[in-house]
Amino acid sequence: MKTVIIKYNAGNIRSVLYALDRIGVEGVVTDNPEEIRAADRVIFPGVGEASTAMNYLKERKLDLLIKDLKQPTLGICLGMQLMCKHSEENDTPCLGIFDVEVKKFQSPVDNLLKIPQIGWNNITGLYSAIFEHVRENSYMYFVHSYYAALSADTVATTNYVINYSSALQKDNFYAVQFHPEKSADAGQQILENFLKIQ
Amino acid sequence: MLTKRIIPCLDIKDGRTVKGVNFENIRDAGDPIELGALYAQQGADELVFLDITATNERRKTLSELVRQIARHVNIPFTVGGGISSVGDVSVLLQNGADKISVNTSAFKRPELVDELAREFGSQCVVLAIDTRFEDGDWYVYLNGGRVKTDVKCYDWAKEAVSRGAGEILLTSMNNDGTKQGFALDITGKLSQNLNVPVIASGGAGTMDHFMDVFENAQADAALAASIFHYKEIEIPELKTYLYQKGVNIRF
Repeated sequence: MKTVIIKYNAGNIRSVLYALDRIGVEGVVTDNPEEIRAADRVIFPGVGEASTAMNYLKERKLDLLIKDLKQPTLGICLGMQLMCKHSEENDTPCLGIFDVEVKKFQSPVDNLLKIPQIGWNNITGLYSAIFEHVRENSYMYFVHSYYAALSADTVATTNYVINYSSALQKDNFYAVQFHPEKSADAGQQILENFLKIQ
Repeated sequence: MLTKRIIPCLDIKDGRTVKGVNFENIRDAGDPIELGALYAQQGADELVFLDITATNERRKTLSELVRQIARHVNIPFTVGGGISSVGDVSVLLQNGADKISVNTSAFKRPELVDELAREFGSQCVVLAIDTRFEDGDWYVYLNGGRVKTDVKCYDWAKEAVSRGAGEILLTSMNNDGTKQGFALDITGKLSQNLNVPVIASGGAGTMDHFMDVFENAQADAALAASIFHYKEIEIPELKTYLYQKGVNIRF
């Protein structure tokens, strides 16, 4: 089985590679369209800014390619947000795989909200093959200022002032806002589940 | 809900942990990778590695070490010590560090914080401040606490956040090493007035001290070194204690 990680101008790619390595899978980092299309699994990671990342993908026509992927594909963090329809971050049109708006966290008037959300938060309402053997309310590591709103494709929910989508799924597309590659054993289980999806 | 974080800190010199006795269940307590992996397994929420190597070889040794840590540790980690440029940070992040911390270099040239936030995002820029209470206020100290400045801790923290620091790692020199508890007043002041997480450091001696800093100073995270290294407090027991007391803690 071949697992590729889409190479683009966003961070944390090495962390994903190492996490795969810990479960005995060798990932290949590439932006070669043929190699991505031929892979059995595609991981679309990322830490960064939405418009810069989208521009990079468009210049290389990776935007069209990602939308058309047929194999199980997992977006992580910014990767998840880019798979949505639109992001408030610099008013960026995104890939539109999920019909979901990405918004910025807002402080309630009576409370100082720390943005970005940094740290461990729990995931509930788990409803996807990637959560097999992952218990309800498991803690995952999050670092983000923007969130995907709740939608029909929500398969995990997290609360940070409001309830939002911590995971989305539609057909062969899976997406998580947290970092499974940094979320200890529970995160590793999710990566293992993704690699096992039929 | 977002949990409070427990963060062991490992001092590194020439690729080895400086403090690290008393671990009979691992082969080499001086090995930062093995110690880091053990803490991760015990439920540490994050790790901080502080490099205190002074030699010219340090960069190469550190980047190789960071690569090994990233390979073996499945929780986030911050690397600090002697970082003074975008180039330094780029190497560490590329090798797998999740965040970096800057201290003296950022104080001497505050634009560094802007540059790092713009290049890599605020989420990976931790501003470390060593502070001491004297003459009625908390002042910034540099060079590992050896050099006093006339700048108040709160003012510097506020400026750094406006420049893009994503987190503050606050060490009280008055409390550090005393085991008498964290500095609740300055930790609380920063935590309640700045919209970034504050990591309290210095003074942890009992499990109640962690309780205090989370509940009474609203710290987002608490960092300690020797009490974990010398097993005066073990992380699983600390987390159980805090959980039973109603603190939001990851299990």
